[in-house]
Amino acid sequence: MIREIAKLLSISLCSIAVIAGIAIASPTADIMISAAISLKNAFEEIGKLYESQNKGVKVAFNFGASGDLMTQIKGGAPVDVFASAALKDMDELDKEGFILKDSRINFVMNTVVLIVPMSSKIVLDSFDDLKKAEVKKIAVGNPKTVPVGRYADETFQYYKISDMIKDKLVFAENVRQVLDYVARGEVDAGVVYSTDAIVKQQDVRVIMTAPEASHKPVVYPIAVIKNVKNERAAKAFLSLVVSEEGRKILSKYGFKPVGQSK
Amino acid sequence: MDTLLFSLKLSVQVAAVATAFVVIAGLSAAYLLARRNFPGKEFLDILLTLPLVLPPTVTGYYLIVLFGRNGLLGRHLYAWTGWSIMFTWYAAVLASFVVALPLMVKTTRAALESVDEDLIRASYTLGHSELWTTMKVIFPLARKGILAGAVLSFARAMGEFGATLMVAGNIPGKTSTMPLAIYSAAASGDRSQAEIMVIIFTFISGIFLYAANKLTRRLL
Repeated sequence: MIREIAKLLSISLCSIAVIAGIAIASPTADIMISAAISLKNAFEEIGKLYESQNKGVKVAFNFGASGDLMTQIKGGAPVDVFASAALKDMDELDKEGFILKDSRINFVMNTVVLIVPMSSKIVLDSFDDLKKAEVKKIAVGNPKTVPVGRYADETFQYYKISDMIKDKLVFAENVRQVLDYVARGEVDAGVVYSTDAIVKQQDVRVIMTAPEASHKPVVYPIAVIKNVKNERAAKAFLSLVVSEEGRKILSKYGFKPVGQSK
Repeated sequence: MDTLLFSLKLSVQVAAVATAFVVIAGLSAAYLLARRNFPGKEFLDILLTLPLVLPPTVTGYYLIVLFGRNGLLGRHLYAWTGWSIMFTWYAAVLASFVVALPLMVKTTRAALESVDEDLIRASYTLGHSELWTTMKVIFPLARKGILAGAVLSFARAMGEFGATLMVAGNIPGKTSTMPLAIYSAAASGDRSQAEIMVIIFTFISGIFLYAANKLTRRLL
């Protein structure tokens, strides 16, 4: 009888110890940042800087296609700050009252580039060459949810090749997946931001940059979401992004200041 | 409406083709596992069961490693034919095949192992070959389990999402099966489109299950 009780007690104590250990060891984030996945490398560095300047506040990132992130926020996701790669997604949240209007600010710009796998033997000099028969598959972001997919669509229309390449398009769920498809050689070409091409510069080659006139300006807005628990910490993160230090980190990764896209 | 009809047609097409292959491969594998002993038998069993316990994204990743344009097998196919399975509906069939196969193998193996050994021995003593015995004695006696495996496989193939998304992509008009189309619609906030598809998919699955139940009862 005593033996049974002792066994039960020791098992319970061990389980409680394990659960407590896990609870203490895994810090819960204080603020959650949803950002366009093209901002991943820059924001992760800004996040570390933020945590070193604001001891005790933990930052968690949620990277993805701006459209997906916007839908999540509309669905009630516990996000404190949102940064998207296009005005459209932020405008929609703004219109429906999800963001703190006076926190909203455009903080960087980007350029759109055509890339091919480093090992590609196909001769491509411009977007126009995408209609060549040797180009069988072109990766672009899904225009419904990925801003760079829409910019690609606009550029294709500018070069009047949309109908000709329509059947070659492979839609990816976000810009980094487009980059991955090209880097792995699964497709013959892809359209990403210049900042993404830098990340995989060993595996992809930039053919050309889309002319400014071929697509809407690539402006990244950032804003604090309404009614968040840690508004002060969220606003502090936003301030860091737009500060001198934040801008330095962003331009290190290839992002351009607002009002200057080339 | 077009996306809906296309994705429905594609899902049924992919699931049907995948299930056909699954039944053939699954029956053969189950037979080997049920009625033969060979070195590496348990390893084969584990290998065939893995896609059942692995997350579909892990399965999808392995498929890319094997069949991607630069994959272990895919690069040779590409070198010979200039063709890659990635981003085609055949890739959707491949993904569905791999995830549904364990279901077929497990159910069929159990069904085959439950066939009365005396009846099999009786067939041999009457002079019938292994092939004849298999086709005329073992399979008919195990038909309920075999059919159950086929139905489960079809259902699993219809509902495949993770691995399919990775190898076939989600290309509207080409590889957008219904689970993928629903995902797209939901992700882009198109609630009404998503809802119609969800209802139709549930309804169709229900009908298949009903038909399968009826069939198994009648075969008894």
